[in-house]
Amino acid sequence: MTDRLTPFSLISMDASAITVTLFGLALAGFVVWYFFFSSRPVASAMSSSGGVQEVDITVKGGYSPDVIEVERGKPVRLNFYRDEENSCSEELLMPDFNIRRGLPAFKTTGIDLLPQQPGRFEFTCGMGMLRGSLLVK
Amino acid sequence: MSPSPETTTLDIEGMSCAACASAVEKSLARTPGVESALVNFATEKATVQYRPDQATPAALKAAVENAGYGVVERAPDTSAADRQAEIDAQKAAAYRQLKRRFGVAAGLAAVVMVLSMLMLWPAAMMRINMSALNWVLLLLTLPVLLFSGREFYVSAWNGFLHRAANMDTLIAVGTGAAFIYSLAATVAPGFFLSRGLRPEVYYDTTATIIALILLGKVLELRAKTQTSAAMRSLIGLQAKTARVVRPDGQEVDVDINQVRLGDIVLVRPGEKIATDGLITEGRSALDEAMLTGESLPVEKQAGDAVFGATLNKTGSFRFRVTKVGADTLLAQIVRLVEDAQGSRAPIQRLADKVSAVFVPTVVVIAILTFVLWFDLAPAGTRLPLALVNFVAVLIIACPCALGLATPTAIMVSTGKGAEHGVLIRNAEALEKAYQVNTVLLDKTGTITLGEPAVTDFWAAPGQRPETLLALAAAVERQSEHPLAAAVVRYAEAQHAPSQPAVDFKAVEGRGATATVAGQAVLIGNAGLLAAAHISLPESLEAEAARLLAQAKTVLYVAVAGQAAGLISVADTVRETSRAAIQRLQNMGLEVVMMTGDNPETAAQVAAQVGITRYFAEVLPADKAAHVQALQAEGRVVAMVGDGINDAPALARADVGLAMGGGTDVAMETAGITLMRADLQGVVTAIELSRQTIRTIRQNLFFAFVYNTLGIPIAAGALYPVFGILLSPMLAAGAMALSSVSVLTNSLRLRGFRAH
Repeated sequence: MTDRLTPFSLISMDASAITVTLFGLALAGFVVWYFFFSSRPVASAMSSSGGVQEVDITVKGGYSPDVIEVERGKPVRLNFYRDEENSCSEELLMPDFNIRRGLPAFKTTGIDLLPQQPGRFEFTCGMGMLRGSLLVK
Repeated sequence: MSPSPETTTLDIEGMSCAACASAVEKSLARTPGVESALVNFATEKATVQYRPDQATPAALKAAVENAGYGVVERAPDTSAADRQAEIDAQKAAAYRQLKRRFGVAAGLAAVVMVLSMLMLWPAAMMRINMSALNWVLLLLTLPVLLFSGREFYVSAWNGFLHRAANMDTLIAVGTGAAFIYSLAATVAPGFFLSRGLRPEVYYDTTATIIALILLGKVLELRAKTQTSAAMRSLIGLQAKTARVVRPDGQEVDVDINQVRLGDIVLVRPGEKIATDGLITEGRSALDEAMLTGESLPVEKQAGDAVFGATLNKTGSFRFRVTKVGADTLLAQIVRLVEDAQGSRAPIQRLADKVSAVFVPTVVVIAILTFVLWFDLAPAGTRLPLALVNFVAVLIIACPCALGLATPTAIMVSTGKGAEHGVLIRNAEALEKAYQVNTVLLDKTGTITLGEPAVTDFWAAPGQRPETLLALAAAVERQSEHPLAAAVVRYAEAQHAPSQPAVDFKAVEGRGATATVAGQAVLIGNAGLLAAAHISLPESLEAEAARLLAQAKTVLYVAVAGQAAGLISVADTVRETSRAAIQRLQNMGLEVVMMTGDNPETAAQVAAQVGITRYFAEVLPADKAAHVQALQAEGRVVAMVGDGINDAPALARADVGLAMGGGTDVAMETAGITLMRADLQGVVTAIELSRQTIRTIRQNLFFAFVYNTLGIPIAAGALYPVFGILLSPMLAAGAMALSSVSVLTNSLRLRGFRAH
């Protein structure tokens, strides 16, 4: 049994090396798929009777929902509820709308916008790690 | 049953005619849920009756905006200050908690480190039961993980659920892997031994990484608080109370939120002005440095505007409140700076793209590192080597440095700009200002004061100048002509005695006449004297010709039927213009002037301030075309105007600088607003932008180089040649330092001084 643990060359990989390689590649593939290619749920804004499109967003290690569909030309109110104290999410940035807003923990912060142009507008945390986007149709 | 309708009043802005009012009215009436809408053009208010279940104030606002007008937010609004206070309190609490977590981690990590090192000492190794020691280390490391490092794991998990990965993901996976391996080696050493591996533990690595990263966070948080210090001090400028004079004459101190439009407020020497208004009586010198950057006190008297947050120096006065809450100049400045800090600089685009894919990419690199080491290293050490390098890659990677590089510099510099009376609208304007190579100045109001002032006063031989000036001022005081105002200001500055004038008569296009101290006084152009059959002596004629040649406007004064003197009036060059223009030229910028004046006047002013290239006889409508012409020469143009009739040119330029501040129009169209009417502000703005962009470039360079070198080294790229491997603990130290370095570099901008 100890024979298999003697130094080896690349050509003669032992069983555990093969296992680790296959498992590692599979894991790397999963990471790429999970973070970049898996589909995300899209939330549409609820239009209230007054014509304001309101969306409630929970901030906890990310934004849920993180893709929000709204109609252009109608006022939008995004209610961010920050459900954590982690400092990563303490700031919200919507660069296309010139917004940098501090989000107090365990509070709802409303942000009003009037999207005029269709397109995809990102919002991120202060350091651009947490991401979400506003799809204006 | 639907609820009863509600009535609300909206302050509408931007209506210039009665037709506008009806457009707003129609748009409001068409909004679902609105029962009636009435817009009063004179008071600029809309009274709307609506069903609250069908319409909301936001929808009403949208209806007004759809019609092309704006709704002024109802004051008072102190939300910025309130929100800031709440966030500050939470941040202070988080900072204390973070320091506690760091303290625990540092203390325990030190003990774990010392105990782990014991094992390197052969004498100790013989006597100590290794398995027992591992258990002790485990017990010491657990609190570091569960108390100090808890947030990393929680945040990483929350992020994972959102398919988002952040810095905490890297730390959690890295320390988690080291800990779980150690745990296995502690609990089941037999499993390792049976495979010919020494059951090594990495508790010291785990604890030290967490301690170092927390140290980095403590330093980072402290530095970050300083990036918004300017913003916080701006918000802190807001006065808390005002001394309101009630109609019955009673003086009451009231909370600033209780102050209403039209209230009369009393200000004593040394007091802070509560809000914006117009002086009704009294005079004083005010320190407006906090808003405009102007260091000298500004003289103010009845009719002049005062601004909240400025400081009254010498006199006491009363003012009528014209703006409160969110409408005040201070609130506008705060909003502008806040918005600018939220904007994204184009220079950041690459960093943004990288940070979006950064963490998952690093995780993949770490996995591949593990696999390669496992496959290539000697069997006896392959697992520990693979693990150590896997952890080092995860820990050394620092997305924070990338993420902090631009925004922190922008925050410090926009705050710094506001301190100097330079309001930067967004990061893009700042970046454009950096690229500028040509500055186009609209002469009137920027190089010059923009209002006529007396330049020469000449009394004919035999006339006493003081008496003559007093007589002329007495007539002009009755007149509404702008030139007359210049004469009156001049007379007051010379302390000429004030005399009453009777039988005042304005002569359209020529001047004015009145009787002062029993004598008929005429003041006006040559035509006025000619009509009164008053001849001009030769000396006077020669003097007038000299003044006219200097492109000045000449006023003739006649007393009792005799020509008695001359007053020349011109738009004068600001004292600071020449020096500022020279500084711009020294910075390598070409300064070009544009004016509506004739070529002679233009040439004269240009020569006076040291400008060689100018456009004369430019109609207001053609200003933008001249900007475009310069751009067509391949220049990046900064246009400086007073914001009054040059909005299209300001918008057309690569970066527009509106001077004089205060007017809403200027603040909205210009990329940069200069609160102080002084060309020195242009120098400050461009210098600030240059320093900021330089800082951002240094930051980005550092962050990219750090990561592109650090990650391969941590993965063991240097091992095959030099035999160098990076300890995960060193990686943690490097990572903690990298984001702090970027922040510290940005904070250097706080040392910016305007010349």
